[in-house]
Amino acid sequence: MSEHRIETKVNGEAVAAHVEARETLADFLRGKLGQTGTHLGCEHGVCGACTVIVDGAPVRACLMLAVQADGTAITTVEGLADPDGTLHPVQQALRDEHGLQCGFCTPGIVMTLAALTADGAKPAEDALKDALTGHICRCTGYQGILRVAQRLAGEAA
Amino acid sequence: MSETKVAAARFVGQRMPRTEDKRLLTGKGVFVDDVSYPGMLHIAFVRSNVARGTIKSIDTDAARSMPGVRAIYTYDDIAKFDIEMVSFYLVSPPPGPKVTALANGRVAFVGDPVAMVVADSRALAEDAAAAVFVDIDEEPPVVTIEDAKSGAPVHPDVETNVAAEAGVEEDEDLEEMLSGAAHLITGTVRHQRIAQAPMETRGVVFAQNGSDITIHIACQSPHMVARYVAMAFRLPETGIRVLAKDVGGAFGLKVQPWREEIAAMAAGMLIGRPVKWIEDRLENLTAACPAREQICTLRTGFDENGVMVASHVDYAVNNGAYPHSPDANLAVPMFLWAPYKMPRLGFIARGWHSNTGGLAAYRGPWAMESLVRETTLDIAARRMKIDPIELRRRNIVTRADQPTFSSMGIPLEDVTPAECLELLLEKIDVPAFRKEQAEARKAGRYLGFGCATYIEPTGSTAVPVMASEMAQLRIEPTGKVSAMMSTFSQGHGTQTTMAQVIADHLGVPFEDVTVFEGDSTRAGFGPGAAGSRQAVAGGGAAIKTADILIEKIKRLAAHLLNATPDDVRIEDGKVIVSGTKEMTRNLADIAEIAYNEPDRLPEGMEPGLEAQYRYKGPAMVFASAAHGCIVEIDAESGFVEIKRWVVAEDCGVVINPAVVEGQVAGGVAQGIGQVLLENLAYDAYGNPTAATFKDYMLPGITDVPVLEFHHITTPSQAEGGFRGAGEGGNIIGPPTLVNAINDALAPFGADLLDLPLTPSKILAAMEGAG
Repeated sequence: MSEHRIETKVNGEAVAAHVEARETLADFLRGKLGQTGTHLGCEHGVCGACTVIVDGAPVRACLMLAVQADGTAITTVEGLADPDGTLHPVQQALRDEHGLQCGFCTPGIVMTLAALTADGAKPAEDALKDALTGHICRCTGYQGILRVAQRLAGEAA
Repeated sequence: MSETKVAAARFVGQRMPRTEDKRLLTGKGVFVDDVSYPGMLHIAFVRSNVARGTIKSIDTDAARSMPGVRAIYTYDDIAKFDIEMVSFYLVSPPPGPKVTALANGRVAFVGDPVAMVVADSRALAEDAAAAVFVDIDEEPPVVTIEDAKSGAPVHPDVETNVAAEAGVEEDEDLEEMLSGAAHLITGTVRHQRIAQAPMETRGVVFAQNGSDITIHIACQSPHMVARYVAMAFRLPETGIRVLAKDVGGAFGLKVQPWREEIAAMAAGMLIGRPVKWIEDRLENLTAACPAREQICTLRTGFDENGVMVASHVDYAVNNGAYPHSPDANLAVPMFLWAPYKMPRLGFIARGWHSNTGGLAAYRGPWAMESLVRETTLDIAARRMKIDPIELRRRNIVTRADQPTFSSMGIPLEDVTPAECLELLLEKIDVPAFRKEQAEARKAGRYLGFGCATYIEPTGSTAVPVMASEMAQLRIEPTGKVSAMMSTFSQGHGTQTTMAQVIADHLGVPFEDVTVFEGDSTRAGFGPGAAGSRQAVAGGGAAIKTADILIEKIKRLAAHLLNATPDDVRIEDGKVIVSGTKEMTRNLADIAEIAYNEPDRLPEGMEPGLEAQYRYKGPAMVFASAAHGCIVEIDAESGFVEIKRWVVAEDCGVVINPAVVEGQVAGGVAQGIGQVLLENLAYDAYGNPTAATFKDYMLPGITDVPVLEFHHITTPSQAEGGFRGAGEGGNIIGPPTLVNAINDALAPFGADLLDLPLTPSKILAAMEGAG
């Protein structure tokens, strides 16, 4: 299996590594970098639990190869809260609205919402809900997550 | 006690944000795949690709020589452990045919684990697993319940495919009552097979150091796993430490470690290095133990006024090849008519073996009782031309009827299904809806209203392994409280809810209580999350333990402060003597003395502030609910849109309404999935046809409406007055939705009871009438 050198930035820190051609970005982040907040729920791009932000866009880390991350900047769920522990507004909204139970799908949902609301962007509630159709949550019945979508859009209005 | 009861109003009942959320939101949760050991090896399974047959040979030579492969094990390699797979109820030896962790000479379903590869990485293990050649002499499989009735026995060492049976086939008296009734209404529900589909799949990390075994596992109870593993391998339980911090949902699948986890542990013992097996989604959908797949026929006789006179239920369930426990699901007839006045009930219940994945529990394993009852009631109402609500009112058990017994002899004394139904009807103006429905029909739009009501046994103390739960509380010398609970959360939020209960009853700030769970060597045995029991059993244990500490603190403080114990109370972490403000002390001051100055304690008092109590709740703690929903069916596409969903429920004293509503909502969403989307189907050869989330469709955010919640809080007789809430949404959700759909389809004369109700089935029903 061929190996390739990549350089990337993960949560603001420079990373250089050798990765197998077939290694997914998710396995790389989890296995090599210890960023285990990126969760693998299906490994075929449906559940959305592995979503990370690559160069500003929400991306399924199970469908992207680590070699493709060469030269990119990646944010994982570990990179969102402030160093002093202050939660990112999306994280805080999910906590306030009881938008999680087991928390396994949660990092992916956090990353999608964080990407869509980055830099003060204020998408419409329906746009946020549309994006969330790419995430499966098996615990909450989506009730708190729906309130979060409303709140993040509501703050925009 | 009276004063601590006053303090008890502070946290219980509030929507406290959850303690566990901070780690889960920041990626700091610890799920089983997040655990690694130095030198750890990875396991991939070689699985059968046919549903039934004899293994002629297993060729591992090519695979064994591949890079990174450390071992390949088959049944012969692990036979020396003589593993005894134990049933869900920890019964040993388990009922039914012997189950081996890996296939022993025969395969019995597609996905049956035949061999396991242990390699340096999962990728290398999978590479090698693909190179193992298993030669199987294939036989025609038994796939459906109908197949099982006529097909060759799935397990050659038994004579029949009946895995378990309860009830009687012939009941002449009952048949006479049914045939003599003014109306005899029959409903047959076919429930498809369902995957629990927790977002985190199963998985285990096993590490052995001499006689010390450490197991990290996705489970519903670390204590239960420790007991199970000890029994399976005949090992002393005390050497086994089972750890699990966070678990990504379980829903009945992770009650016990099953064949793969046990096989992986055997591999770890054989190779002498830590091993990890993480199930992938393909394995989860094809080889993890699924649920449901039932056919249920309910015949009910009514008199000319719509009052029930007798009923008979014929229940059949597909157990698959290797169920968690061979089961005829006796709970289905047990609770079938429990919320209604049914003079006479007969039943026959059978579980059938087949060449499919073995059955496990799924949230409300007996949910068929509500589904078949509530849908048949609606059919009966349409046939008898009685309003479905009125028909329920004529037969439902009200508070005025209680105490009483159900048709199966279950004592009922504080159940509120009728009150929940009336509350629901206050919130949904059904007459106004009927007008809207009639207008819409004229315009070719098909609206429907459905409701259902039920009672649910929670707390589950009657189930042998679930009789009790334990709390150990320690007020540290700092005055902070450590709580070692035998409860365990897969999203239930018990770290928060148990802390709410403890903080209230001890009279300390919520933030001062830290709840520790998830370690089989902490607290005593506890069955964890199963049977909607943790609020009832864990909450009760927490309260009783707190009471022991309070009594000690009162005695100690009275001794130190020259007061009487009755004048001492604890509030907000302060020990207060009534009427003398200057005598107030911090709990830390009292605790410090309790631990470190034994000479200042009353004569004979044990130092320290620690206590434990094992609590057994009442035999039956019932929750009640009524749900109602309104749907619109698109006549062009057959799609169902859920426009409104109202919940009226009584789970007793509510510890945290947000947590309770989260449990109900999760259950309702799963119920919506069952009715509309999910189907773990097999083809005629026993091949699973839903092997990815593209084929096995789970409800997404736009499939679930905003739910409206209304609570009745009738305290139960359990300590704290709690009732369970974990499974109810998934029990009462499906009949609510099916009834709404069939109400919408009433102009077409359809009674769809063959789940899932897909658009094509709905369109066929609409066109069939045209």
